[in-house]
Order: sequence, then structure tokens, then C-alpha cells
Amino acid sequence: MDVIVCVKQIPDPETPAAAFKVDEAAMQVLPAQGISPVISPFDAQAVEAALRIKDASGDGTVNIISLGPDSARDAIKHSLAMGADEGYHLKDEAFEGGDAWTTALALSRAIQHLGVPDVLIFGRQAADWDQGTVGSIVAELLDLPSATVLRAVELNGESITVSRVVADGFENIDLPTPCVLTISNEFGDPRYPQLRQIMQAARKQVTELTAADLGLDASDVGAAGSRVQMHALFQPTSDVEVEIIEGDTPEEKAAGLVNALREAKIL
Amino acid sequence: MASILVFGETDEAGLSAPTLEMLGAASRLSGELGGGVSLALLGSGLSDAAASAGPAGADTVYTADAESLASYQTDSYLPVAQGIVEQDSPAVVLMSQSSMGRDLAPRLATRLGTAAIMDSLGLEIDGDRVKATRSCYGGNARQVVTVQTDPQVITVRPKSQDPLEADASRSAEVVAVDVAEPNLRARTTGKEQAEAEGIRLEDAEVVVSGGRGLGGPEAFADLESLAGVLTAAVGSSRAACDLGWYPPSQQVGLTGTVVSPTLYVAIAISGASQHMAGCGGSKNIVAINKDPDAPIFSFSRFGIVDDYKKVLPALEAAFAQALD
Ligand SMILES: Cc1cc2nc3c(=O)[nH]c(=O)nc-3n(C[C@H](O)[C@H](O)[C@H](O)COP(=O)(O)OP(=O)(O)OC[C@H]3O[C@@H](n4cnc5c(N)ncnc54)[C@H](O)[C@@H]3O)c2cc1C
Ligand SMILES: Nc1ncnc2c1ncn2[C@@H]1O[C@H](COP(=O)(O)O)[C@@H](O)[C@H]1O
Repeated sequence: MDVIVCVKQIPDPETPAAAFKVDEAAMQVLPAQGISPVISPFDAQAVEAALRIKDASGDGTVNIISLGPDSARDAIKHSLAMGADEGYHLKDEAFEGGDAWTTALALSRAIQHLGVPDVLIFGRQAADWDQGTVGSIVAELLDLPSATVLRAVELNGESITVSRVVADGFENIDLPTPCVLTISNEFGDPRYPQLRQIMQAARKQVTELTAADLGLDASDVGAAGSRVQMHALFQPTSDVEVEIIEGDTPEEKAAGLVNALREAKIL
Repeated sequence: MASILVFGETDEAGLSAPTLEMLGAASRLSGELGGGVSLALLGSGLSDAAASAGPAGADTVYTADAESLASYQTDSYLPVAQGIVEQDSPAVVLMSQSSMGRDLAPRLATRLGTAAIMDSLGLEIDGDRVKATRSCYGGNARQVVTVQTDPQVITVRPKSQDPLEADASRSAEVVAVDVAEPNLRARTTGKEQAEAEGIRLEDAEVVVSGGRGLGGPEAFADLESLAGVLTAAVGSSRAACDLGWYPPSQQVGLTGTVVSPTLYVAIAISGASQHMAGCGGSKNIVAINKDPDAPIFSFSRFGIVDDYKKVLPALEAAFAQALD
């Protein structure tokens, strides 16, 4: 089975809230001091899902695509170190300022350029903008069946069986290939590359592709082609002031809390 | 022509609570946009739900009533949804940020040549656009965005909008939609229902949640016991779910359930932004944590700094006495 995984490099989502800052005027998140960007966690899980499909089928390739500035190369390298075969970096000034639509458009062109594989895998959402739409948009553009927010993916002969996380449980879904899948955190931990694999990955090939290579005009992508416009980016403020309930014993504290809740008419 | 078309969902009670909330928002917004409010219902056995659409704020209700639509599947819902949008030609399409909305909104928007904004918290009219405020960066930031193409597709976070007071004197025109036999490529073959014991998280007025600091799965039994006293639902942080201590269906947060109860009791939870993204809308948060510097305290109205193991039995007794 041939699989393509789309991955994104993002500011570390585990950045402590105190170190998280935005530039409101530029509508950009400022890089946190000493905290490096990482592959979006769901995308690492997507790579894991792809590697397991390849292993289960006994042959095929896992190729990686990422659209972004220079730093996107690190998400590709991480995926290659996990065991993926080849990387493709969609890199062009024209892509800057794009939205989910322009990203999905470029990714779908790149997928067509490489040849639509048996399975296309995405993260459930990129943990920067928390949108969760690119996988579905690509599926629609390529007219492929899709299943989103998955906790398990299994190869079942020529078809794929998945378990989808829904509000009140899980759904089992069968999909023919080619198809599009998006992976959720319930999938479990991805493998972590060892030093030897990181060194091997350094030798694996990463091909750069521009908008023109994908038959796209600068006006189709980036800010020019976007369908969604951002008007503001800011950090929410919390105006609650905590009252710590003191007491010499746990019993006193518990009684104090219950009293406080009663006085505040919460109970 | 409606200004706003809401894709609703139904449950045992009829129209789901998020559907009523979206109809409330749609009525408010359509006042400024001009034009009416339509509701689209896809499912099987919809007549009762359709009858409550008018009182809830819809002028028109489209019903696509067919066995093939009994539960959500991308391939069966997408063409029907597309047909309804084309028939209604709304300026704005609203869906809930539900299992259905997450999956359907981006595909439908793409098919219609437009885009979707996901999980909006606030909606405001600006000219002919709806400005949506949404959470991003794991709850650390908010962005304000508009869809520049038409129709503007937006998913709405449950509990972020107010429903209207039901008005029995209002009724909606019912338009039955023809449903063709679907071409299912992806096929749902079965469902595992999470054990639906007790109160549903999203409906609970009180939620008691536990995190990694509980130290093991056994402690959730103590939380359940406290929840029994408080008539509360039990939630958990993702760390606790990932460790297998509690089912993923009970996870509160960015990638779990969003709750906004009157009282949220966070026990041995640090208060990471992604957890707060799911409970930050609670009216009152109470935290029990042994670390006085835990971020959770900066979101809490009341706090106890102590080992939960010591506090929990005393707290259950004190609540039991107070609520007797
Ligand atoms: C993309 C992404 C999405 C995520 N989505 C979610 C989500 O939906 N929901 C979610 O919850 N998390 C989510 N997370 C994870 C989140 O970042 C945190 O890692 C997680 O919420 C931490 O869980 P916790 O508070 O239980 O554990 P910890 O952060 O380990 O906190 C444990 C707390 O328990 C306290 N404690 C320890 N022992 C005791 C004791 N005996 N008595 C009292 N207190 C004690 C400690 O002081 C500490 O504050 C997500 C992360 C990412 C990157
Ligand atoms: N710039 C990008 N390059 C490659 N893949 C991406 C990019 N942006 C998003 N994706 C993929 O699409 C998924 C969903 O992203 P989003 O819709 O932005 O939340 C991510 O988890 C990735 O798999």
C-alpha cells in the first residue's frame, strides 16, 4: 500500500500559557524563547498510522508532504526519521498568508503530481489554528471517500477499516481505496525516532516544489487565494480572582469550600 | 431566500440543544442581515422535530426524511445537504461543532465553492459578513475571522449561543426534500456506544473532573461517588484518558467534550490551555490541587491547596450534609 501523509510544523502546543505571546498588530504568534517548533502532534500520529499500514501490507511507500517556510523541512525530517520514505516540501513565497483552502488546494495538486496513493492521511487538526478542515477539503477536491477523527486504522485486504471517535462512542467504518483519513489523539503514541534513524533521515531525499511546479498561479494561493480573512488575533483574559480556602485540617477546608459555595449561591 | 440556513440535529428530546441555540443565533443575526431563518433536518422520523422548528425560530424547515439518513454518514449526507443549500440559497450556513458538523462543514463548503470557519464562540454581523470569534492555539488565543466567499459556512460551539424562548404561536413552512439512494463509498458497519451511565457531560449542571494527579484509575470511583452526591457528571483530563484511567468519551477539552456547567470541580488537574478550552466557559470553577502555583487556580473562583486524597472524603461528607 502506498500512503501519503501531510504534516505541518507548528509552535510547540505544550508551550506554557505564560510563555505564549501574540503580536496583535501583525496578527501573529511570537516564537516562544527557547521552545522549538514541532511537528503537529496529530500529524506524528498520522505518520505512525501510515507506517503501520505499510508494514501490514508488506510493501509500498510512505511519502510526506508539508507546505510551509523553511521550518516545515523539520516536520518532514522528523517523519522520515520515524521511517517514512521520501519528503516533499511545498515552498514558495506565494504560499504565504494562505488559509485552509489554499493549503488544501496546493496539497491536492502535489498529491496529483506524485500520483494519488492508496491512502492519504492527515491529522484531525493542526494544533496551531485548531480548525480541522484541510483533510476534508483535500478529500473533496480529489473526490475521495473520507473518514475523520479516527482512533484506529486497519488494513483489511484491499479495504481499510477504521474506528471513528464520535460524541457518544465509536463508529466502525469500511472504506475502499483510495481514501482520506484523519487521525485523532486516541490513536496512541507515535514512535519516537532514535539517533540512528535521525542520521539515516538526513540522507533521505526532500524535494522542493513551488506553486508553478504544481501548475498554480501566485493569485490562486497564499493571501491572494484565501477565502477566509483574519481581522484580529488576541489573547483572552481571565478576570476571576481565586479565593483559596484556608484551614488547619482537610475537614476545615472542605467545610469552608461548601460554605463559600453556599454564600455565593452556587450550591 | 433565507439569510441563514441552520443544519440541525435531533436527539431523544427532538431538536438538539445546540440546534435550538443556533436557531436563536440565526434569528438574532437575520434581523440585521434581512431575510428569514431556515432549518434543514436530515434523518429518519423527523416529523415531531420539524413541528418544533417554528416555535424555536425557523421560518422554513427542510426535512430530508429517509432510512438511509438515519445516522450520519459523509457520503449519504453530503449530496442531500448540497441540494438543500442550492434550493435555499442562504447567505450563511450554520452547523454545530459536533461529530457531524466537523466532518460535513468543510466538505460541503468545498463542494459549494466556499470555505468553513470551525468552532465559533461568538457571531456578529459586519456589513454582509458574519464575523466569527474562535479559539485557537489550544485555547491560548482568539481570532476574529470572516468567510469572504458565499455562502459563509460556520460551525458553532455548543452552549455559546442563546436559544429563543419557544413561541407556540409561530410555525414554520415544512418543505419535504427528495432523497435519492445514496452512493456509499465509506460505509458505517457498526457502532460502539460508550456506556451512557448517569448524566451526560454536556448536559450536566455540575461536573467533577479528575486528572493525572489522581495517580491511578481507582480514584475515579471516589470522584463518581462525589458526583453522586452533587448530581454531577464525571469528566477527566486527556492525560487521565491517555493513561487508560477513564474512557475517552469523558475527556473534557479541546479535542474532547466542551462543557459549561454552573460548577466545574477540577481535581488534580493542572489547567493546561487545551483542558481549559473545554471547561473555561463554566460559570464557576473550583480547583483542588496540591501545587499552589498550578495554572488551574488562575481560572478558579475557589481553590483548595492540598492532597486530594485527604480532602475528597471530607468534601463528600460536607456536600452530603449541605445538600441533605
Ligand atoms: C493538541 C493537543 C490537544 C490536547 N487536548 C486536550 C484535551 O482535550 N483535554 C485535556 O485535558 N488535555 C488536552 N491536551 C493535553 C494538555 O496539554 C495537558 O497535557 C493535560 O490536560 C494535562 O492533564 P492533567 O492536568 O491531568 O495532568 P498534569 O498536567 O500532569 O497535572 C496534574 C496535576 O495534578 C496535581 N496533583 C498531583 N498529585 C496530586 C494530589 N495528590 N492531590 C492534588 N493534586 C495533585 C499536580 O499538581 C498537577 O497540577 C492536549 C494537548 C495537545 C498538545
Ligand atoms: N501547511 C500544511 N502542510 C501539510 N499538511 C498540512 C498543512 N496544514 C494542514 N495540514 C494537514 O491537515 C491537517 C488538518 O489541518 P487544519 O485543517 O489546518 O487543522 C493537519 O493535521 C495536517 O495533516
